[in-house]
Amino acid sequence: MSQNTTEKLLPEELTHGNMTERIAGLVLAPRARTRWRLAFAVAGALALLFAFCLAMVFSNGVGLFGINIPVAWGFPIVNTIWWIGIAHAGTLISAVLLLTRQPWRAPVARLAEAMAMFAIVCAGIYAIAHLGRPQLMHFLLPYPNTQDLWPQWRSPLVWDFFAIATYFVFTLGFLFFSLLPDFATLRDRARSRSLQIFYGLLALGWRNSALHWARYEQVNGVLAAVAAPIVVSVTGIISLDLAVSIVPGFHFTIFPPYFVAGALFSGFATVALLAVITRAMFGLRDLITRRHLDYLGRMMLLFALVVNYSYIQEIFTAWYSGDLYQRAVYIDRWTGPYAPAWWSMFVCNVLLVQLLWFRAVRRSPAAIFALAITSNIGMWLERYQILFTSVHASFIPATWGTALPTAWDALLALGSLGVFAFFLLAFVRLAPVISMHDMRSAIHRRQQQRERAE
Amino acid sequence: MSEMKGAANGHYGLIARFDDGEALLAAARRVRKSGHRRLEAHAPFPLPGLAEAMGFSEGGGALSIARIALLVGAIAAGIAFLLQWYTAVIDYPIVVGGKPLNSWPAFLPITFKVGIFNSVMAAAITMLVKNRLPHFYHPVFNEDDFAAASANGFFLSLRGGDGEKLEALLRDCGARYVRELTL
Repeated sequence: MSQNTTEKLLPEELTHGNMTERIAGLVLAPRARTRWRLAFAVAGALALLFAFCLAMVFSNGVGLFGINIPVAWGFPIVNTIWWIGIAHAGTLISAVLLLTRQPWRAPVARLAEAMAMFAIVCAGIYAIAHLGRPQLMHFLLPYPNTQDLWPQWRSPLVWDFFAIATYFVFTLGFLFFSLLPDFATLRDRARSRSLQIFYGLLALGWRNSALHWARYEQVNGVLAAVAAPIVVSVTGIISLDLAVSIVPGFHFTIFPPYFVAGALFSGFATVALLAVITRAMFGLRDLITRRHLDYLGRMMLLFALVVNYSYIQEIFTAWYSGDLYQRAVYIDRWTGPYAPAWWSMFVCNVLLVQLLWFRAVRRSPAAIFALAITSNIGMWLERYQILFTSVHASFIPATWGTALPTAWDALLALGSLGVFAFFLLAFVRLAPVISMHDMRSAIHRRQQQRERAE
Repeated sequence: MSEMKGAANGHYGLIARFDDGEALLAAARRVRKSGHRRLEAHAPFPLPGLAEAMGFSEGGGALSIARIALLVGAIAAGIAFLLQWYTAVIDYPIVVGGKPLNSWPAFLPITFKVGIFNSVMAAAITMLVKNRLPHFYHPVFNEDDFAAASANGFFLSLRGGDGEKLEALLRDCGARYVRELTL
């Protein structure tokens, strides 16, 4: 990146002192902003709705969902895949941009990490909710038991359990380590005793020692290097749930990379969405600049194009295989009962994202906001149509059955959005929304560049 | 002031504050060169070169964080594969989908995941152990201004040594002030 770009990514007069004061001030302010309170109240109500629906599902069983026997997975798995996808870009933005030393990483990395954390919580809960008998979830773990049984290692559902559990722990650790020096900053700046103890415990006694920083950078390097294969493998493994079956519509070798690209597409869209909301809610327009939105828009466009390529490949494979059933699935997607979902997906993921080719669109917060929402809807519809159209009309017409979502499906999905927002809003009140130590490093690099230029 | 805070009134050493990173870096080098090695530099961000000036080596020796992560990950992945092989071939042999009992490619996803999981945990724990964290009490926290170390302050803390000589040296390095640290 040229010096010019680095200059434009940071406000002119930003120093270590005033940046720390501003970001820490957002957290340590005694009273929350009115907009935050309103949003928190709405999200809290939706989170309660989620808890209620979950209790209903656990006590009554998965019969509440709009599923039948050809369409056995339905909404819970659509939402698991969708939420995992959102989580992925969070990890990837933070890790890959760290490894490639992108100067625009600092203000958006924390948002991305927090988003990954809470999206994976939603994905995990949905995966458990779909189980039917979640009290037997430990059967997926290999442990010596009185029945002398072991898990079926060849089953992608067992792989899923390991993949999601690993990803959850990794995301938690990555977020905590990213926060560690910032917790120390909050500990040092907190005025009340209770907050000092709260942040003091979280900061683990971090004292900004040079040796500590050096090892801290090393471990972040290791975590970031591991993050890329984790991101690719988790969604890859989840796509194998579908792809290893012989069901037409699921059985495509292109699925793992196709799902990963889709995951990153919806994830970058969500980071852009959160960036637009955060800069408006907390007045951070000078730190999260239009230039940052521009870069996020470019990433969205890149992965949207990979997704579009995958659609073409999928259609081509269905035609080129010459397989009657594969072709029938595709024609059914375009003309069958789920055709509105496929065509809406086409509009969102193929047509609308092309607007991102224009610089003016990428730099407009309103346009990015709208496109982020349509892209997420599009990605959700993509998962929906894959899961529903592939199985509702399979080999024998006697087994055909169209499943339609119930009110419980809709309420639980709405509730999961609420849970995500609830956690995220609580997070921005308790922890800095922009990584202060990453910003300090960025400011230091700019100082050095300025000195060199003189 | 600091006598009030410490439980005991013992002497720990000195703390000096510098105006910027370069001054801290130069001071850290000079103090180490003078023969005093029990010192710690505190900066609000990973200042390039500071850790090396404190005697940190990039490789970290035979037990560097990256090596430990790789080693633990490889061992854990090996154990995960052996467990799958043992349970699927020896302890609970059941043919599924006409596949051989030792259908090893199907064991790889979990092998990979368990390996990654353990290498991440190993890296994280190694960092904390090497940094001796958590470590909630440290004499530097007795310095009232030390909170600035997490915003815009650059500090050098010295343990023990000849107080007067070191104080003169620190002042000579351009310290804004030099104060005593108590236990």
